[in-house]
Amino acid sequence: MHEWALAESVLTAAIEAAEKEKLKKITEIKIAIGQLQQIEEDIFKFALDEIKKNEEKLKNVKITIKTEKSTLKCKNCENTWTFSDMKKKLNNDESEAIHFIPEVAFVHTRCPKCKSPDFEIITGRGVSITQIKGKK
Amino acid sequence: MGNLSIMDVRLSVIDHRLHGVKRVIAVASGKGGVGKSLMASSFALNLSNKGYKVGLLDLDLYGPSSHIILGVNDFSFPEEEKGILPHEISGIKFMSIVYFSQDKPAPLRGNDITNAIIELLAITQWGNLDYIIIDMPPGIGDETLDVIHLIKKSEFVVVTTPSKVALGAVDKLLNILKELKLPVLGIIENMKINESKLIFDYVKEKNFKFLGSVSFDRNLEDAIGFTNKLLNTSFMKDFQKVVEKIT
Ligand SMILES: Nc1ncnc2c1ncn2[C@@H]1O[C@H](COP(=O)(O)OP(=O)(O)O)[C@@H](O)[C@H]1O
Ligand SMILES: [Mg+2]
Ligand SMILES: [Zn+2]
Repeated sequence: MHEWALAESVLTAAIEAAEKEKLKKITEIKIAIGQLQQIEEDIFKFALDEIKKNEEKLKNVKITIKTEKSTLKCKNCENTWTFSDMKKKLNNDESEAIHFIPEVAFVHTRCPKCKSPDFEIITGRGVSITQIKGKK
Repeated sequence: MGNLSIMDVRLSVIDHRLHGVKRVIAVASGKGGVGKSLMASSFALNLSNKGYKVGLLDLDLYGPSSHIILGVNDFSFPEEEKGILPHEISGIKFMSIVYFSQDKPAPLRGNDITNAIIELLAITQWGNLDYIIIDMPPGIGDETLDVIHLIKKSEFVVVTTPSKVALGAVDKLLNILKELKLPVLGIIENMKINESKLIFDYVKEKNFKFLGSVSFDRNLEDAIGFTNKLLNTSFMKDFQKVVEKIT
């Protein structure tokens, strides 16, 4: 259940942003979750629902979650690939390690073309907020 | 507020994760191989042995060492409970990349280092602790800047050997810490073999605190990996005097 910690991060960040903007209520939060982190969406949603109950600013907030495709690009040969290409070659422990810390992808995977560990996560790394709406 | 672009969502929660921790002490140096990892682990061990509640965070993602010093060879994932709970090693709450890398090499670039550190800090549930000791990698690169940026309450202990070469690099780290007005608890001279005033004089001249000298311990290697042995080394006897000056 480490999804809870991520849900808490999102809502803490949203509240902080709202306070900076002097918003009384947050009406909408749009969240993107990168495939690489392999978040269990049900658990994540459950955690968001539980945490928002205790926050005045979040009482009637509408939360939408969108999955973001992961793309990776090799710095050595410029090959690009996706998380779905990568996932087939991972065992359960490697998958789970990447779920905790997405950067361990550099430990457990290589460029499928040239086998280099020197690649980049271009999109879809982890959790982010793409939009917040609120009322003053 | 429309299309407000949000900062990293994980940053806000880090303070909250460290809320129950009284002090965070980073064991740092401009140089590698001067004894940071040995001192960070021994520091945690020494305090835990005295009954303090202690965490140890290994942030040397390229060359993690604390687990070797503490004799950790079970790299199973941390337990999950609204985040991840550090494994307990000889009473120390211990967190390291090795639990996710299975002790394999982590060829990370700067931005990935920062991301991994932010992720670890955002999901680790330390609970209430008297101290977190951080085993730092050498230098003034990403990890050092990240600790400064992300952990506002960090204090620094700087390790050097009695060598002009080590001191050259350590001086750079100290200058940066001073420029940023960060709390430097003092400087430790490690692996002393001969009488020399090099470090002592430098520390006095720069107005830092000299935390003491720790002699080179010929038998230390036999204690690596055994926490009960480490507590009884002549290294620990010297180091204990340093600990007393900081805590
Ligand atoms: N006072 C000492 N006496 C004997 N060996 C030491 C002493 N301090 C450090 N060492 C040894 O020196 C090596 C480098 O220490 P380490 O803590 O890994 O340095 P760093 O973390 O600064 O790179 C290790 O093998 C360690 O056990
Ligand atoms: Mg080290
Ligand atoms: Zn390639």
